[in-house]
Amino acid sequence: MHYWMPGAALALALVFLNLPPTAADRLKLAVSTLFLPLFGLNRSIQAVADEASYGLLTRSTLIREVERLQRENQQLKLAAAQTADALAENSRLRTALGWQGRGSWKGRAARVIGREPTTWWRSVLIDYGSLQGAQVNQTVMTPEGLVGRIRSVQPTFSQVALIGDPECGVSVVINETREPGTILEARSATLSDGMVTMRTLQHSVTAMAGQSVTTLGNGGVFPKGIPVGQIIDTRSVDGGLSTEARLKLGAQLNRLEEVWVLTP
Amino acid sequence: MNWLPVLLLYVAVWLAIFVQTQFPALTEWLGLAPSLVPALIVHAALTHSSWVTFGLAVFAGLGLDSLSPMKLGIHYLPLLALGLAIQARQHLILRDQTYARIFLGLAAGTFVPLATLLLLTVTDRPVLSGWSTGWQLVFSGLFNAMACPVCFRIFDWLERVLGDPRPVESSFRPDRQIKRGRN
Repeated sequence: MHYWMPGAALALALVFLNLPPTAADRLKLAVSTLFLPLFGLNRSIQAVADEASYGLLTRSTLIREVERLQRENQQLKLAAAQTADALAENSRLRTALGWQGRGSWKGRAARVIGREPTTWWRSVLIDYGSLQGAQVNQTVMTPEGLVGRIRSVQPTFSQVALIGDPECGVSVVINETREPGTILEARSATLSDGMVTMRTLQHSVTAMAGQSVTTLGNGGVFPKGIPVGQIIDTRSVDGGLSTEARLKLGAQLNRLEEVWVLTP
Repeated sequence: MNWLPVLLLYVAVWLAIFVQTQFPALTEWLGLAPSLVPALIVHAALTHSSWVTFGLAVFAGLGLDSLSPMKLGIHYLPLLALGLAIQARQHLILRDQTYARIFLGLAAGTFVPLATLLLLTVTDRPVLSGWSTGWQLVFSGLFNAMACPVCFRIFDWLERVLGDPRPVESSFRPDRQIKRGRN
């Protein structure tokens, strides 16, 4: 080994650690590009495997599935009609009271292509990058509930900080009691239990198991009203000054395959 | 020097980093994404030149950093420290002994995540660490202890197949032959 090598290694480390953010991002982008062929190959293999599995489905299974979807479609149409009526009424009342209208969510589907290679954060990679219009802090969700927010964007993929990550603070509210709270960071990066902890701002006597929790919408990142999860149990903390509740998340973070990114 | 085994080592690191981002079910079950990179760095440090080890540590470190929210350079330093430390004591390490490989894998698998965690806590954003971190360190050490001898076996075989043929040393020396008969 050359005697100057440790010194050169340390100097290089200092250079890397002190790179300006734009230069570091560009270097990260250049290095991450090396992995794109593998992500593409993986996606192609999954697509081929899916195609092959479709071929194995019997005709009767497909017919049953179509019938189930038709029934579900009719129920959804009915619910959409009721919602449209309620929205129109809500809009009229807002106009009458002079309140600002609520913006509607528009979503764009994205596929989860990988997860964080280390275990120090809760993060996944999705195939939605700046070329498709991705921006930092866009909300990511599934129909079941909130997933997280976009942490960083590359041209062809983005990193999503999941709920429970230190960089994904969420202000939430208990629907039934309208008590506000925040989601605390998780104690580990594993997602298998599907739980996060919520802390209310004041001691709550009304928070109880079974109540649903949605986003509060006052942080400027997450829109109001996105379902987050359901309270499993509660306990008093800080000598009774506040309450902690364990939430079962609506979105199954350990089984994410497709997500929706909310766009303005 | 034949560069094909070195190139394959780089490809192995490239694939190992990619694999760490896949198989979410396995990662959830184990509590961490198993990483082969420390074992591969051990092999590089005991087999190849310091330049190859240096390059491999930079490549692996930047690769891991680029796919995670980590600050650039966090992974590179522990990997390079590991590689250079082993290389500095290369002449004292019984490279061909399986127990030495197991011990080196265990030490590397524990050292790299621990050093990364320490670097993260002093330089970067907060991390999710707790009791499960202990399990992660133990598992990473055990995984690399098992993987290290396998890496050596595979890459030594590749070296034999693809590398330059080693000169055959013969015990025959014409100047040391006893000449019989009368001259």
